[in-house]
Amino acid sequence: MTREPVLTIRDLHLAFGRWGRKSNVLHGISLHVGAGEKVALVGESGSGKSVTARLAMGLLQESRATHATGSIRFDGIEAVKGGPEIARRRGNRVAMIFQDPTSALNPTFKIRGQFREVLRSAEPRLSDAEADRRAEAALAEVSIPDPARALDSYAFQLSGGMNQRVMIAMALANRPELLIADEPGTALDVTVQAQTLKLMGDLAATRGTAVLLISHNLGVVREFADRVYVIYRGRMVEHATTKQLFAAPRHPYTQALLSAIPKISGGGLPDLPERSPDFERPLIVHEGCGEPAEVV
Amino acid sequence: MSEPILELNGLGKTFEADGNRVVALSDVSLTFARGGCHAIVGESGSGKTTLANLVLGLMAPTAGEMRFNSVALPGDRGKGHRRAIQLVQQNPLSALNPRRTIGASVRLPLDVHEIGTSSGRAARVAELLQEVGLEPDYAQRSPRGLSGGQRQRVAIARALACEPELIVLDEPTSALDVLVQARVLKLLERLRVEHGLTYLFITHDLAVVRAIATTVSVFQRGRLVESGPVEALFAAPQADYTRQLIGAVPVVTEEEARLRDAIRAGAPMPAAGPGA
Ligand SMILES: Nc1ncnc2c1ncn2[C@@H]1O[C@H](COP(=O)(O)OP(=O)(O)OP(=O)(O)O)[C@@H](O)[C@H]1O
Ligand SMILES: Nc1ncnc2c1ncn2[C@@H]1O[C@H](COP(=O)(O)OP(=O)(O)OP(=O)(O)O)[C@@H](O)[C@H]1O
Ligand SMILES: [Mg+2]
Ligand SMILES: [Mg+2]
Repeated sequence: MTREPVLTIRDLHLAFGRWGRKSNVLHGISLHVGAGEKVALVGESGSGKSVTARLAMGLLQESRATHATGSIRFDGIEAVKGGPEIARRRGNRVAMIFQDPTSALNPTFKIRGQFREVLRSAEPRLSDAEADRRAEAALAEVSIPDPARALDSYAFQLSGGMNQRVMIAMALANRPELLIADEPGTALDVTVQAQTLKLMGDLAATRGTAVLLISHNLGVVREFADRVYVIYRGRMVEHATTKQLFAAPRHPYTQALLSAIPKISGGGLPDLPERSPDFERPLIVHEGCGEPAEVV
Repeated sequence: MSEPILELNGLGKTFEADGNRVVALSDVSLTFARGGCHAIVGESGSGKTTLANLVLGLMAPTAGEMRFNSVALPGDRGKGHRRAIQLVQQNPLSALNPRRTIGASVRLPLDVHEIGTSSGRAARVAELLQEVGLEPDYAQRSPRGLSGGQRQRVAIARALACEPELIVLDEPTSALDVLVQARVLKLLERLRVEHGLTYLFITHDLAVVRAIATTVSVFQRGRLVESGPVEALFAAPQADYTRQLIGAVPVVTEEEARLRDAIRAGAPMPAAGPGA
């Protein structure tokens, strides 16, 4: 039996700007994430990872200055032109961890009220006491040392990594079917980071959540993901299982990227290949990583 | 060891708000040598950014004192100190005003600190952009159109404009891909050597620490748990918490995995789960 992946993106194009000043950001991106799968999207800064995620979430809206074509399906719901309407229809079945926690949290309200709102988007009749109890448990799960204090704080009173964990706890709280995690660990120390990745992995394993992880931390990707997509300047350049990718990267850009990872075993900074025309070579798909069967 | 540029003696910071008391930093004594790249690592929420804010004079300590070039740093900073100690933040986009051109952003500190003549400042902006590897025509562009790595170069150029002695870098490369990160780190290393700069380098990435730091200080719950030369810390970490940290680094090579597992074997692992 073929099951449609939870998230399927096909031939996504995106341009910003209007009149003569359009800039093309995505040039035909395709990817899929199945139920219970952990898939990573890695690549150059500015290559289009976050805009792809925002489009998939229905958070980037078609406007006179934003032009998207292609197809994004979540559980059969088409989202490319969807915007807020789609976001509402999918409600709390999808969740996103944003790259910049300070922009995702409201600076003028304490965490407590924001957390209640998140929980009530799934269960509107939740009492204050029950919501707070669940929020505290969720914050403890991401190793926040004093959850009650965190709930009574404004974002500016918490450290960068604490805000990031608050946001992660909110995203996981309603146990979404699709979780997009955009750089979830940048402000976390490695032990807390491992703890949050474990929570995301558990959700995939027990609840069948489809997880799309965007990260510059290739060590994290290697330890977390089943499959990896590599994106460069708005184009997919390589698609492999995690094992294949780290054992034998085939695209010149991927090879350069992997060679630039600093090592805890020492060796200083790597010698850097100049940006080369080679990087523009077309997509390489490793064995066993083809497109999922068409669902009719 | 060369002369110290910065000394912290019994430094502490406690926040109080709505009846909540948070001890962010407690009894920290440290000496930073001039010309070094001093990494600050540790638990999330352990007081690293608070330490940076104290050193920059953005907030006042509630205990202890700091000395800069052997002179006590006042709570209320004069222009000289504000110029000598600069900050490069993690998020390059929010750190740059989107309504200002890059040239204007880099020029602002020159105007504020009245560095050079008015006509000389334009030339200095071009020179600074060149120093960080950006073409002069970037001066007219807006930060919106730049990549993360380019924006971080602009932030570095702006910090350099003041001809600082000490630069505090708070996660300067964690938003960048590793290829761009390597270029920015090389740039930082070259600038440090050429200009005799000293860095306080806050990061969670221990591999980056190994690659570019000279010393490293490890923080947990507002306290300094270990400090020393970077090679010594990776060869024989002393504190349990340091071993836990190195033992939890996600790695990509077998060689790293062996080092990590050896260090991990020497440490009791962190208690699993919440509330432990
Ligand atoms: N609202 C917008 N208007 C115009 N250009 C935009 C907008 N949002 C993003 N861009 C541009 O689209 C490109 C892709 O940006 P995106 O944020 O997706 O990159 P990314 O791969 O997530 O990079 P990073 O790794 O640095 O987070 C960039 O060149 C960016 O400047
Ligand atoms: N303005 C403030 N008011 C109240 N508490 C604060 C304030 N700023 C920081 N804190 C608290 O001080 C502690 C240390 O925060 P700090 O930002 O220095 O940590 P950090 O080591 O930089 O963490 P991260 O790695 O997550 O960035 C935290 O418990 C935080 O909640
Ligand atoms: Mg991004
Ligand atoms: Mg911080």
